[in-house]
Amino acid sequence: MGFMALWLMVTFFGAGLGMYPMLKKFFPNQNPQLVFNSFLFFWVLGDLVFRFFLQKLPVMIVKPLLVLPISRNKIVNYVLGKSALSFFNFLPLFVIVPFGVTLIIEGYPIISVIVWMLALIIIVLILNFLNFIIESFSAESELSFLPVILVVSSLFGLNYFNILPLNKMLGNGLNAISETPVLISIPILVLVGVYFVNFKLLRQKLFLDSGLKKDIKEVSTSNLEWTRNFGNIAPFMQLDLKLIWRNKRTKTSIWMLAIGLLYGLFFYTQPTYLAMPWFYVFIGVFSTGIFLINFGQFIPAWDSSYYKLLMSQNIKYEDYLKSKFTLMALSILILFVLGIPYVFFGWKILLAHFAAAIYNVGINTHVILLGGAFNRKKIDLNQKAAFNYQGTGAVQWLIGIPLLILPMGIFAVLYFFIGFEIACLILAILGVIGIVFHQKLMKMITAKYLESKYKMIDAFNQNN
Amino acid sequence: MITTSNLSKTYGNNQVLNIDSLNIPKGQSFGLVGNNGAGKTTYFSLLLDLIQPTTGHIINHNIQVNKSEDWKPFTSAFIDESFLIGYLTAEEYFYFIGELRGQNKADVDTLIAQFKDFFHDEILGQKKYLRDLSKGNQKKAGIVAALIGNPEVIILDEPFANLDPTTQIRLKDIIKDLAQKQGITVLVSSHDLLHVTDVCERIVVLEKGEIVKDLATSHATLKELEAHFSGTDVVL
Repeated sequence: MGFMALWLMVTFFGAGLGMYPMLKKFFPNQNPQLVFNSFLFFWVLGDLVFRFFLQKLPVMIVKPLLVLPISRNKIVNYVLGKSALSFFNFLPLFVIVPFGVTLIIEGYPIISVIVWMLALIIIVLILNFLNFIIESFSAESELSFLPVILVVSSLFGLNYFNILPLNKMLGNGLNAISETPVLISIPILVLVGVYFVNFKLLRQKLFLDSGLKKDIKEVSTSNLEWTRNFGNIAPFMQLDLKLIWRNKRTKTSIWMLAIGLLYGLFFYTQPTYLAMPWFYVFIGVFSTGIFLINFGQFIPAWDSSYYKLLMSQNIKYEDYLKSKFTLMALSILILFVLGIPYVFFGWKILLAHFAAAIYNVGINTHVILLGGAFNRKKIDLNQKAAFNYQGTGAVQWLIGIPLLILPMGIFAVLYFFIGFEIACLILAILGVIGIVFHQKLMKMITAKYLESKYKMIDAFNQNN
Repeated sequence: MITTSNLSKTYGNNQVLNIDSLNIPKGQSFGLVGNNGAGKTTYFSLLLDLIQPTTGHIINHNIQVNKSEDWKPFTSAFIDESFLIGYLTAEEYFYFIGELRGQNKADVDTLIAQFKDFFHDEILGQKKYLRDLSKGNQKKAGIVAALIGNPEVIILDEPFANLDPTTQIRLKDIIKDLAQKQGITVLVSSHDLLHVTDVCERIVVLEKGEIVKDLATSHATLKELEAHFSGTDVVL
């Protein structure tokens, strides 16, 4: 998740910087700012969907405030105000600010650009509050994602069939605002409106038995008998699978599989990247190793809430770690197999992915397990997943270097000096060496974990 | 037999536990009482090798707990919610603990069947994760899990807290049965003097990490403890 947030910030910032030259290139005869405005409608739709699935109103934080002498209105304002500071509202700034600054540098009138940027920020906030309104209606309906699909698709439909050209209206509106700054009062009024609706909705629900109720889902159990094939590590594998499937925070790892799998499409569809074979390995490591990175970076913190139990039980530490290893290795295998269609873009890509997958199994799994021995941050599994940095420490960032940069570096050097096939071969050999020494490496890693047992128990016991 | 010698634990300049010598014979039901911060949980954590002693050691059935892990197969504990796995149902949790302790599903089923009364239909077959159970029901599950796998030493920290009156009474019977009939060493800590005198043959009072009283329970014990904790203790 740490990776995900950084990746998003970097991509957005890159998009912001590149926006002006890109629009200039694709629409040479038009004003980039106006082109941007005309596409804004689609951003709005995308943002709404994105928010709906990832952003939740931080309503639970008010529980301790309810019995204090603070008026309910103040509490509602506090919750809504806090939601405005969400990561989702800062992310667009990474596009808006660099693009705006470029516009000013390119000689656009400063005042109108600033007013325009302000208008965009207000739109972001409107979306923020609009999302909570949609969510509050979703909570009541059976198919919870129906309202958002309905709203977004009808907006899209109205626009697409030219019944109501929202796309143009929004674009023209923004153009008008940057020309006549007074018009910014219109989005401000809308913002006040959605805020007020939210206020009303939330004010009614601020009771333990309505809005603040934890919804308890009925459990459906499966016995996961197939894990028996893995012998001694079966109980831990069952536990890990349940851990992943039954907790919000871990469930994202599963969605990340899809992102990892499709990651290559961003690059291989562009001839620029297709012409850079040394880059294939990076995508290979990333797309076959996305689960490894996502899940692995928080070993053993996933089990932090019951770490004392595990440590006082008669467990074999090695089996515990081996279960994690097996899961990661399986995920790499599955992701590689699912990624075979990339061969469509050239057999070299498949070869590079294959080498990367072997490297992932042999080296990266062990590296990330070893990194876990230095993990000192607790994770609360019950908390929401998206952009939750709990448990993210220096280890999570540092581990990225050997994980992604190292194989790419080795590969790039070998590629430029010797050749593509040899570079693939050597990367694969490195992986095979790791697999051959698996038992030895696991012994060493286990020793490291045992060494830091007391420190981990202590750290996982703290409520940070 | 659990032997504690020269055991102390210090955080910075703050000594939280200092026990010169304490012997708990096999099959004893042993009660530990004391106010908050007296060192009860610290002692149990040292016994389970969850923290390192500053000096001294504990020997559990001939095994020094911070040197070898061989005490684990015959020792079990329920200290707090961190001994529960929140995303499992009670049954799954019992089976998992059972597997760690070398018991198959049938063994576990037989054991937990004995606690039907204790569970009061609120634990088994609930289709709920442990994290969604009430504090009292979580505790019930945790306590019974500590009985899985024929342990010889059972450690329960504050087992009576959060339980409803009926369950408290049932738990007392369970603990008595464990020690008297099955010869299991049971270590219990509690703030409830009445319960602990009811259940334990021997009661040790901790104060600021030191043993200030070591009593064989008799009908006078409750009075003596009450006097001690109300501050009217007369030095004889």
